[in-house]
Amino acid sequence: MLMRALHDEGVELIWGYPGGAVLHIYDALFKQDKVEHILVRHEQAATHAADGYARATGKPGVVLVTSGPGATNAITGIATAFMDSIPLVVISGQVDSSLIGSDGFQETDMVGISRPIVKHSFMVQNPEDIPMVVKKAFYIATTGRPGPVVIDIPKDVTDPSRKFKYQYPESVKLRSYAVPGKGHTGQIKKAVEILLAAKRPVIYTGGGVVQGEGSALLTQLAKHLGYPVTNTLMGLGAFPATDPQFLGMLGMHGTYEANMAMHFSDVVLGIGARFDDRVTNSIAKFCPGAKILHVDIDPASISKTVVADVPIVGAVTSVLEEMLELIRQSDTKVDRAAIEQWWKQIEGWRERDCLKVTPAPDDIIKPQQVIQCLYEITNGDAYVSSDVGQHQMFAAQYYKFDKPRRWINSGGLGTMGFGFPAAMGVQLAFPDAVSVCVTGEGSIQMNIQELATCLQYQLPVKIVCLNNQALGMVKQWQDMQYGGRYSHSTYSESLPDFIKLVEAYGHVGVRIDKLSELKQKMTEAFALKDRLVFIDVLVDPMEHVYPMAIKGGAMKDMYLSKTERT
Amino acid sequence: MRHIISMLLENEPGALSRVVGLFSQRNYNIESLTVAPTEDHTLSRLTITTMGDDRKIEQITKHLNKLVDVVKLVDLTEGAHIERELMLIKVKATGAQRDEIKRTTDIFRGQVVDVTSTIYSIQLVGTSEKLDGFLAAISGTTILEVARTGVSGISRGEKVLSV
Repeated sequence: MLMRALHDEGVELIWGYPGGAVLHIYDALFKQDKVEHILVRHEQAATHAADGYARATGKPGVVLVTSGPGATNAITGIATAFMDSIPLVVISGQVDSSLIGSDGFQETDMVGISRPIVKHSFMVQNPEDIPMVVKKAFYIATTGRPGPVVIDIPKDVTDPSRKFKYQYPESVKLRSYAVPGKGHTGQIKKAVEILLAAKRPVIYTGGGVVQGEGSALLTQLAKHLGYPVTNTLMGLGAFPATDPQFLGMLGMHGTYEANMAMHFSDVVLGIGARFDDRVTNSIAKFCPGAKILHVDIDPASISKTVVADVPIVGAVTSVLEEMLELIRQSDTKVDRAAIEQWWKQIEGWRERDCLKVTPAPDDIIKPQQVIQCLYEITNGDAYVSSDVGQHQMFAAQYYKFDKPRRWINSGGLGTMGFGFPAAMGVQLAFPDAVSVCVTGEGSIQMNIQELATCLQYQLPVKIVCLNNQALGMVKQWQDMQYGGRYSHSTYSESLPDFIKLVEAYGHVGVRIDKLSELKQKMTEAFALKDRLVFIDVLVDPMEHVYPMAIKGGAMKDMYLSKTERT
Repeated sequence: MRHIISMLLENEPGALSRVVGLFSQRNYNIESLTVAPTEDHTLSRLTITTMGDDRKIEQITKHLNKLVDVVKLVDLTEGAHIERELMLIKVKATGAQRDEIKRTTDIFRGQVVDVTSTIYSIQLVGTSEKLDGFLAAISGTTILEVARTGVSGISRGEKVLSV
C-alpha cells in the first residue's frame, strides 16, 4: 500500500536500507517495478542522496530506513535538509505498535528524536491512514518553505494481511497549514518606491530564489533595474555568475566588492535569504545606512536577526512578478546618474581583485587553481556537489554558476560527508550530466562507503579531492585564532592511499601533485565518462580561504590575505 | 513583558510536544502552560504565559504559527482579556490561625474545600497576581502544598478564537 501511494504521488526513485521493521515494505518493493530503490551503504548517505536529488531537480527526495539505528543514522541528513529547506520525505520503520514504549529491539522514538529538525512528522496508526498520510507528507514537504517530513510506520501497520480499500486522495487540505502565496500589494508598492529611489542599492538573494524557481524573474528584475546582485552560499546560480552585475558571493568568505557594497548600500533588497550570521557578521554593525526590504515565504525568517523596514511575506515568483509590473508602471524612474556613480565605486572595489590567485613556487598546486581548472574543463556546466570546509568555499568562490540547482552544498548545517552521496543523487537524477563532488580528504572519509553504491548502480561521479592533508578550515582558524596550535586537525601520517582504496571498490583513481599536470590529468579523468574517477589532488597545505570576515566586525571588515585586512 | 499566548491545537498525539519542544529549542521561556480539549474534541486549547520583548514575542508567535498542528493563535495580552488561574493550597490550620486563614480566604473569595482538624485545603480562582497576593497574605501560616493550574484566558467582548 505504501509503494502504491508513493507511486501515485509520482515518486520514481527512493534511497534506503532494509531492516527488520521495514521488511514488509521491502517485500512490496520487490514485487513492483514502478518505484526504483537505490541501496546505499549507510542511512545518512540515503538522506544526503535524496537531498542532492531534490536540490538538483526541485522534486522531493524520498528515503526509506528501518527503525532504531536506521532511523538515527538518517538524522544528520534530515537536519541538513531542514537547515537548507529541502523537501524530503523520510519513511522510517518502527517496531510493532504493541511494542512501542517497551524498549523493544531496534526501537527508538523517531518522531521525538527528529522533532526539532523536521517540518512535520507523522506516526501512522492504521493501515488505511497510509494514503492520506503520504499525501499530506508530500504536500507539507514541498509547499511553502519546503522541508523534511518524517513518516514513522510501525511494522504491523504494513502487514500485507491487513487489507483495506485503497484510495489515493486527490487533494489535501489542512486547516492548520496555509501556504503563503501572493505578497501584500501595499507592502510591495512601498518596497518598489524605496527600490526605485535608491542611490546605492544591492540585491541580496539566497536559497529561497533557487528553491522557489525565481531565478529567471530575479535576473529580469536585476537587468531591468541595472542594480548589483550578490548571492549567499545557498543562492549561487540564482543569478548568472558570469554576468557583470554579479558581485560574487557575500558573507564570511564573500568577495570584497560584495561585502563592501552591502555595507555602504542605502537599500538592500533581500530575497529568499535569511540574514544568517555567516552573512551579516555583527548585527549591530550590519549595513548601517541601508533600508532593508525583505521578501521571504517564511514570516518567521523576516526580522528574525535583522529588522526589516519593509517585510513582504510571499512566494518569490509572485512577489517578483508583481514588483516587475509595478516598476514598469511606476512614475519614479531609476536614478541612473546615482546608479552609475555607485557602479563606479563598486568597480573600484572590484579592482582589488580579491580572488586573485598567486601561483605557488615549485609546481605546487593551489586549491583555487583546481576549481578554476574544473570550471574550465566542464565548461561551467557541471553539477557541483560539495562537502564542507575550505574546498567548499573555494568551489563557491571560483566555480561560476550561471544556472540554479547546479551548486549543491550543505550551507546551513555544514555537514561533512554530504557531498559525495549528494553527487550520487544528482547523477541518478541526470544520468548523462557531469556530476562532480568537490571534497577534501577529511569530508570524503565521512561517507566513503558509498563508493560501493556507485559501483552497483554504475554512477560515474567525479570526485575532486582537494587533499591538503588536514582539516583545512579548522586548521585555518587555529592558524588565525589559536596561535597555530593544530589541535587534532592534522593526520597526514594516517591518510589512506585513496587511489588503492577506490581501485579496491572497482573505480578509477588519479593522483595529481604537479600544477603542470593538473589540466591534462583532470581532462583525462573527466573523459572517462562512464566511470567513477577519484581525483586526488595534493594541494598547498598552508593555503587559507580569503576574504574572511573579521569576527565581531561589520561586513566591510575582512581579512584579504594572511597579511592584509580592510 | 509577560504575554499570554492562547492557541487552538489539533488534538493529536505529539502536538503538545511540538509546542513545548519549540520553546526549549529556541530558548524561549514557558512560565505556565495549560491545555485541555475544547467543545470540539478534535481541538485542544493551549495557553502559555511567557516573557519577552516585542521582537521575541513576534518570533514566538510566528514560529508557533508555523507548527502544522497549531490551527489558530492569539496573543491575549495584546487586547482586553480575562485571565484566570486556579490554585489548590493545603495549609496547617490550628489554633488562632484557623480563623485567620478562613477570614483571609473569604476576603480573597476562596473556598475551603476540604477540612480536617488541623488542615484546610483551599481553592482559589483569579489572576496569577491575586493568587500571589493570597500566598503573601497567608505567609505567616505553614503552607504544606500548592498546586496551580497555570493561566487560562479568553478575550473580552466579541473577539473569538475559533476555527
